[in-house]
Amino acid sequence: MKHPPPLGILAELTHRCPLQCPYCSNPLALTKPVAELSTQDWMHVFDQAAALGVLQLHLSGGEPMARTDIFDLVAHAAKMGLYTNLITSAVTLDADKTRRLRDAGLDHVQISIQGVEAARADRVAGMQSAAVKKRAAMRHVTEAGLALTINAVVHRQNLDEVDALIDLALAEGAERIEIAHVQYYGWGLSNRAALLPTRAQTMETTAKVEAARQKHEGRLVIDYVVPDAYAERPKACMGGWGRQVIVVAPDGRAMPCHAADTILQLDFSNVRTRNLADIWSNDAAFNAYRGTDWMPDPCRSCVRREIDWGGCRCQALALTGDASATDPACALSPHRAALNGVEAESTALPPPFRYRKFGG
Amino acid sequence: MSAPRLKPGVKLRDDPVRGTILLAPERFLSLDETAYAIVQRIDGRRNADAIAEELAQEFNADPADILADIEDLLNQLSAQGYIAR
Repeated sequence: MKHPPPLGILAELTHRCPLQCPYCSNPLALTKPVAELSTQDWMHVFDQAAALGVLQLHLSGGEPMARTDIFDLVAHAAKMGLYTNLITSAVTLDADKTRRLRDAGLDHVQISIQGVEAARADRVAGMQSAAVKKRAAMRHVTEAGLALTINAVVHRQNLDEVDALIDLALAEGAERIEIAHVQYYGWGLSNRAALLPTRAQTMETTAKVEAARQKHEGRLVIDYVVPDAYAERPKACMGGWGRQVIVVAPDGRAMPCHAADTILQLDFSNVRTRNLADIWSNDAAFNAYRGTDWMPDPCRSCVRREIDWGGCRCQALALTGDASATDPACALSPHRAALNGVEAESTALPPPFRYRKFGG
Repeated sequence: MSAPRLKPGVKLRDDPVRGTILLAPERFLSLDETAYAIVQRIDGRRNADAIAEELAQEFNADPADILADIEDLLNQLSAQGYIAR
């Protein structure tokens, strides 16, 4: 079976991070530093990715700047012709490091922010002075001539800032802002009662984003990741399982999605022992939910089966106990009741955050 | 109109798998032969008129027709955030 090559590879270089955001996309069981791939291992992965036809390399984590070999990794990836994107909290990104990354061949920087008002944002990040450091880092990035994207995760405790987030991106000279609602699995699911907005807040935010998108067309690209707790149809998670992206975890496991290891019946191959092209085409985990053959009804016969690709497998597992079930985010799902009553959480007093940390 | 230029982080590539593309953060745009010829000349110095004149000579066509194509493409690229003008 021959598959088109992936567009991107998401390299989770490490799970170390100075931030503790309660909606972190990393798994609950974080990989310890001692188990991380070596510099040589990662370079070998980048070589294989380029040969496979990957266009874009996303250097992520955890915090990728926690890797002292980050400059060598960027230089190697750029030499292989990969479009290199650093996804960072930016709290350790000073002017000198930014220039070194640019000189190594970095193309694009994505800086996460937790909000606009500093004290509130720092509380979500679980780190003092994080917001101020991030603002400084944005200037280092634009002064170095690098493309800047602002990544803002939104939830009930910062949704009132959505217009201010967009204004911040414009003021800092970003080309793009990604406004993403929290995805409720892993850390996000365990903090859902503290993060989930009401249906009305969600709709209002979506309308604000659409208005801002028109207003700033040509100046700022606004990408919006919708929440699916209140959706009628599920999102095409990862653009479809095994269709566009390979995720490589800090310990070298190759997965179709960064949360895929919550699906315990899947075994993932490791890039230390198996070639990336072989994994992409032949690995059982990559083929488990690829295409449409695995789908149950109503997905199997749905006209949207090659639009949303059945939604999110990890969410199906988290909410129904079965990773191959129809995603409850779809109104046609027989498991839709799994989302009944979820809105009640959004109107109750929010509980304290369970911060993301090792052993947390 | 001032001379268009590619925004930071936007790159023109001839990819063995996907053909000629304009690559930007998190996305890419496939370019046909005409679009590729135009985008190749976007350098922050040449304006639309200058590009039209070059292409009219190269393809032996009417500069006015070509200019219309160029304006359409530049408007599209600008709206989608690939270029600044």
